[in-house]
Amino acid sequence: MVAAVIERRDEAALLDAAFRPVQAPGRWFWPLFVGLGALVAVAAVAYGYQLLTGLWVAGYSDSAFYGIYEANLVAFIGVSYGGALVSAVLRLTNARWRAPITRMAEAMALVSLLVGASFAIIHLGRPERIWQLIVSPQAASPIVWDVIAITTYLVATLIFLYLPLIPDLAVARDRLGPSAGRLRRTFYRVGAVGWNGTPAQRRSLNWSVGAIAILIIPLAITVHSVLAWAFSMTSRPGWHSTIYGPYFVIGALYSGVALVIVVVAAFRKAYRLERYIGLQHFASLARIMAILGAVYLYFTFSEMLTTGYVRTREEASIVAVLLEGSFAPAFWGFMLGGILLPIVLSLVPATRKVHYLVLAGVLAVVGMWLKRLLITLPSATAPLIGDAWGSVQFTWVAIVITLGATAAIPLGLMIIFRFVPILSLDEMSEADDEPGVGLAPKGSLQAEAVQ
Amino acid sequence: MTVPPDRVDLVELPQAADPTRRMTRRQALLALAGAGSALAAGPLVGSIVQGHPADPTHQGETPLPARRWAMVIDLRRCDGCKKCTEACQAKHYLPPEQEWIKVYTLRDRTGVEYAVPRLCMHCEDAPCVRVCPVTATFVDRDGLVLVDQDKCIGCRLCIAACPYEARYFNWTEPKVKPLLPTKATPEFPSPQQRGTVGKCVLCVHNIKYGELPYCVDACTMDALYIGDLDADVATNGTETVRLSTFLSQNNAIRLKEELNTKPRVWYIPGHGEDLEW
Repeated sequence: MVAAVIERRDEAALLDAAFRPVQAPGRWFWPLFVGLGALVAVAAVAYGYQLLTGLWVAGYSDSAFYGIYEANLVAFIGVSYGGALVSAVLRLTNARWRAPITRMAEAMALVSLLVGASFAIIHLGRPERIWQLIVSPQAASPIVWDVIAITTYLVATLIFLYLPLIPDLAVARDRLGPSAGRLRRTFYRVGAVGWNGTPAQRRSLNWSVGAIAILIIPLAITVHSVLAWAFSMTSRPGWHSTIYGPYFVIGALYSGVALVIVVVAAFRKAYRLERYIGLQHFASLARIMAILGAVYLYFTFSEMLTTGYVRTREEASIVAVLLEGSFAPAFWGFMLGGILLPIVLSLVPATRKVHYLVLAGVLAVVGMWLKRLLITLPSATAPLIGDAWGSVQFTWVAIVITLGATAAIPLGLMIIFRFVPILSLDEMSEADDEPGVGLAPKGSLQAEAVQ
Repeated sequence: MTVPPDRVDLVELPQAADPTRRMTRRQALLALAGAGSALAAGPLVGSIVQGHPADPTHQGETPLPARRWAMVIDLRRCDGCKKCTEACQAKHYLPPEQEWIKVYTLRDRTGVEYAVPRLCMHCEDAPCVRVCPVTATFVDRDGLVLVDQDKCIGCRLCIAACPYEARYFNWTEPKVKPLLPTKATPEFPSPQQRGTVGKCVLCVHNIKYGELPYCVDACTMDALYIGDLDADVATNGTETVRLSTFLSQNNAIRLKEELNTKPRVWYIPGHGEDLEW
């Protein structure tokens, strides 16, 4: 009896926490929303300017034909991949602690994918002609592979976010009163697709979530490999590398887990979720991140050693500019601040504190963005004939668009959590109780009737 | 891939500056058994001269026989004056930064500078054609790599894939425009289109009609030769050579042979140039 009372109180607290962003997001919400929205709006204006005047306003030239947009494309799609994979792998390995963070990871995967994919359009000289990719695709082109992989993965990410959401939408449908507003109530009713938590429904949901969790892993690997291959299917020094597929996949995972840490920490603080997300969650995520960082370090070493040792003329020049040339400060800055320091912060007992682990996450995310620039720029500016290197300009247009895209991620997440519970209620109650019971809305209605 | 019929005649015919030189040039090109003779004598003679019939799939257009255009650059003669670049830019209405034929100044092992003009290699196995997502870059039936700027989405993967830096992007609205309002075509892509890729077309708009490419015409050192691998002749406008003999006797090489792109542009080294560009 006492246990039941505590359980009910816990349940109420959990519901309150999960729906806090929907019902009472806090005083900071609207100012932040406007601020981030303004950044996105300025970026949109900058893009309009770029459309009207040409890509030169983004700092490009014939001797630096790829640069910041391509780095953004890889970086943003990369973090998306990390979010999806963390959730999928933890689901498949039945790691119970995942429950409070999966929703945020999956939503982050969706939002950053949308932002990342938009750079595939932003970087085009003729974005209004992308329909050509559909009416006259050339199957041998890695960009066509990209289009197929990214759109498939986008659908999978949507499904992956939506399926585990169904029981939670049913909870919202049954528990949130008229205060939620007509729009949301309709959304919950439609979105919950008649979920009542019956054993048959639960069986089919479990099966579908399991299937999509398995599917999304090879899909995510495909997306990022194909993205890498767009670079390595050219004969350019630095890009034409057999390691690029797995190298990009690991880099994406590393930065993705890092961003999950940052996102979870931010929303935990903003919506006071400390009761459900503790140091243990961050420590576990950080440990995964550190392992991936170590693998990335190994890949980087392997790449540098094999190309630097043989010293083919063009390849050696890329290694040289990275290790000791004009890109050396950025490269060593990344190696120390973007990989070694995050690994140390994640693993050393003395820094096993939330703020240190979040710092590690921030360093890894920023460091990996820098690394993508270090992948894009040297090869795009290297001379293939003669010895005149190109140089990229960091113009206000490119910077403003990059900042706007960065702002779009928290903004998108804030919007999503205004509609759906930020915590995965269903999984959390599964994690607490015996599996399969869940926070079934029917059961809870019965409990109310008994009371 | 072939050029649609409406594109064939959209050609700016070059003016004859010097009638005497023009005669030699005309004669030289007639030795190619080229388009000029085919046009004059009709398809039958053209095909007989060629040794293979006109392509039956192109009945609707001028029945030009397929060619294997090639270029030879004699580095022994090139003095790096860049007249080729200037002529190309002027006649194709290109901005200064678009050097479809670009003269690099390189150094040999002893530190002596030498000039290397580089144009599109019109590779038989062109990496740019393979990576183009929308088939905007294509090979015409004479083996020339052309760009349909009405189709190009501006992804620049072809620029990344080209080992010869031969492709240029229109980062801004082209400032130089033709004097007359011509319709740009893959064969004569002027004016260039903002947000798309442009490159050397080997003056297909000229050679097809028996005229020299602008760069060959402008070269005062007679260092540039245009020719046909099938007819086995080439000319620099002054003299005509048997192409295969010319190439083999002068140890002609192609750039980055190891990439297996099979360029249609040969170089004749003469000063012990370092060939590893």
